[in-house]
Amino acid sequence: MMKIRQKADVVICGLGWAGSIMAEELTRAGLNVIAIERGAWRDTSTDFPPAIDPDELRWHTRREMLQPMSVETTTFRNNTGQNAAPVRNWSAYQFGWNVGGAGTHWAGMSWRFTPWDFEVYTRTVERYGKERAKGMQLQDWGVTYAEMEPFYDRFERIAGTSGYAGNIKGEKRKGGNVFEGPRSRDYPTPALKDTHWMSKYRQTVEKMGYNPFTVPAGNLSQAYVNPLGVSMGPCTYCGFCDFHGCGNFSKSSPQACILPTLMRRPNFTVLTETEVLQVVKHDDGQTAKGVKFITKEGEVGFQPADVVCITAYQMDNVRLMLLSGIGQPYDPATGKGTTGRNYNYQTCSSVSGFFAGEKMNPFIGGGALAVQIDDFNGDNFDHSDVDFIGGAGIMGFSTNGRPIQNMNGLRPGTKRWGTEWKKGYARDYQEAGTIFCQGTSMPSQGSYLDLDPTYKDRHGQPLLRVTFDWNRNDQKMARYVTDKAVKIMKEVGGTDISVDNQAESSWNPYKQHSSHTIGGAVMGKDPSTSALNTHLQSWDVKNVFVVGASAFPNNGGYNPTLTVGALAVKAARAIAEQYVKNPGKLVGA
Amino acid sequence: MSAKELKGFPRDTALTQDSLPQGIRPGGAQVITDETDRKTLAAVFDRLIPADEYGPSATQAGCLEFLDNQLAGDYGDGKVLYLDKPLHPKNEEAIMKAPQFLATPRERYATGVKALEAYAQKTDGKAFADLSAERIDEILTGLEAGKIDLGGDVDGQAFFELMLQNAREGYLADPLYGGNKGMAGWKMIGFPGARYDYRPYIDRRGEDLGLIPVSLIPED
Repeated sequence: MMKIRQKADVVICGLGWAGSIMAEELTRAGLNVIAIERGAWRDTSTDFPPAIDPDELRWHTRREMLQPMSVETTTFRNNTGQNAAPVRNWSAYQFGWNVGGAGTHWAGMSWRFTPWDFEVYTRTVERYGKERAKGMQLQDWGVTYAEMEPFYDRFERIAGTSGYAGNIKGEKRKGGNVFEGPRSRDYPTPALKDTHWMSKYRQTVEKMGYNPFTVPAGNLSQAYVNPLGVSMGPCTYCGFCDFHGCGNFSKSSPQACILPTLMRRPNFTVLTETEVLQVVKHDDGQTAKGVKFITKEGEVGFQPADVVCITAYQMDNVRLMLLSGIGQPYDPATGKGTTGRNYNYQTCSSVSGFFAGEKMNPFIGGGALAVQIDDFNGDNFDHSDVDFIGGAGIMGFSTNGRPIQNMNGLRPGTKRWGTEWKKGYARDYQEAGTIFCQGTSMPSQGSYLDLDPTYKDRHGQPLLRVTFDWNRNDQKMARYVTDKAVKIMKEVGGTDISVDNQAESSWNPYKQHSSHTIGGAVMGKDPSTSALNTHLQSWDVKNVFVVGASAFPNNGGYNPTLTVGALAVKAARAIAEQYVKNPGKLVGA
Repeated sequence: MSAKELKGFPRDTALTQDSLPQGIRPGGAQVITDETDRKTLAAVFDRLIPADEYGPSATQAGCLEFLDNQLAGDYGDGKVLYLDKPLHPKNEEAIMKAPQFLATPRERYATGVKALEAYAQKTDGKAFADLSAERIDEILTGLEAGKIDLGGDVDGQAFFELMLQNAREGYLADPLYGGNKGMAGWKMIGFPGARYDYRPYIDRRGEDLGLIPVSLIPED
């Protein structure tokens, strides 16, 4: 006997960043909103106060705040010629599993994409010719940076993002990121401070003629009250940030920025430890009736709603669409179909060096604490003489000095056990510095998501299958920027340099450093190449909106969260201002 | 925890059992109860992390108690792992570039430790724990390089990695979990432990800050 709940105006599937932002906008517009969240309720005072949070084993090594593979995992293969294998153990994937989603345990790097990232096809062809776009599945997002600016601004105000603007209304400001798109105003809170390693990196790249700036962060530099009336505290540089919660109310998260207001609204309800199994369509297939769910205790129920927002993790957004028959599944052989299309990732490399006799004090850190140059990101440099597009942000970072995580961060050739390891770690813990290149990722015809034919989740539903490998463009890009990073490391005085360019060998989830999984249900202006229109509305089932990094047709050389938040504001406003007044395919999309 | 319908801000903000870390339980071994198994593991651990000028050995720092406690809980159960069949070992290893298992960490130790003892009896005619330090190092080096076959279902190289990971976890995790006694692992590298505010220190460049480590639990 399925329990049928009272109908809601809007049901939200997954209460992470995207779900919280949308719930806030939609409840404020007077709509009755029910959020369904697979994970448990978690909050600062109960789950990660300062007496509980600084625990590396629990939060980082055992990843207690992340979604276990036994709850749901993916399968993976590099190409369609292989049989996909399930990801059985912890890997690059860092899916959220609580109210707040991955926004509770994230690091906090808070980037706007460049204007070029949104119009990658048009601008590439304009500047370098059609030939340069070959071998990739490039397509524009259908929105421009200028259109996204107000939504970025709104999310930053809610998050309290710290930083120093490099471009306000076209006026370039030294010390900020002079390559960023024009901003309407400065960041809500000032930039964070430099650690010793960051200051060394900053001085060196400046000397080399580059343009260093502090990475904009969801780690607040000072106390702040956001537009929802929620108070946040200053970051203490505790070094227990990514994978952990924040006991100081200083990391931007749904808990710290939105839930205190949202939970008090009478037209908002959240069902915790309750998982959406699928979206159920009306017989005509044009609209959804609501969602079928299952509670932790195994009780199956149905939540009817006028509007369904799929705001789970990127992977689960695509999986829910496939499980619910929303849109045509993508076929890599023909390039037809849009659900699962344009899966992409983040092309990364790191360069480590050592500094004899230094005291870096790596335990002073923040999830987003870093100095970056964008001189080689996106299309910020002329690609006429190279044979690739895109680039990477190159950063000197100070996220953490967690001892278990860093126990292999030794001078190359040092044994990992015995007295040699102890001696090496005692010496190198304080002397290491790492430069990270976080690069763009371009879609290709063979990289996609679909349902696995063999493996199932705990409820007997097929797992999502990931088919992905680096494409030639991204490999060439990674080589180019990694070489720049090596030059910087030499210039800053690092010795015993080691390079880990992840694009040099076949992708697999156990070898990666980035958790950024992107695309699969992308936005655009052409229904034959995008699953969603520019309001994140499904072309096929008009009362379904799918919000997350799943909507990016390509990835910028940046962390995705701020763009997810901005798209959530955009989609929510389209629902509140247009869709509820006149349900149908939204115009101007 | 159970599924809940929440309306309004939850007023019950007391710490629950779920919120608190599950530290070491008193009362002796729960998983590694066989004396030979314990001696074998102790012999391995104390070569992975020997007593020297940089600090105590793994067992002196409580790493065996740490391991036993970990194996007795969710980690030992493989609670987070995806252990559904079919397992296609060759294909999965080719794709993932590392062997994949359906066995839980607890099961892998149960078979692995016995295989080590059997190997010592076969090659040296004595108990693993009675081998010389040099001989144990030789075996560990062979396992690490994938050059020693422990037979049966045991992947020697993967088992070496599991032991190395857990021994060093114990040495470097908060003493709350039974290892890192006296915060020896943290003192070895100069990690100040469970502190939560470095604002007074971030502007000090390249100094030895001399911060005494602190744990989530009292030292005695």
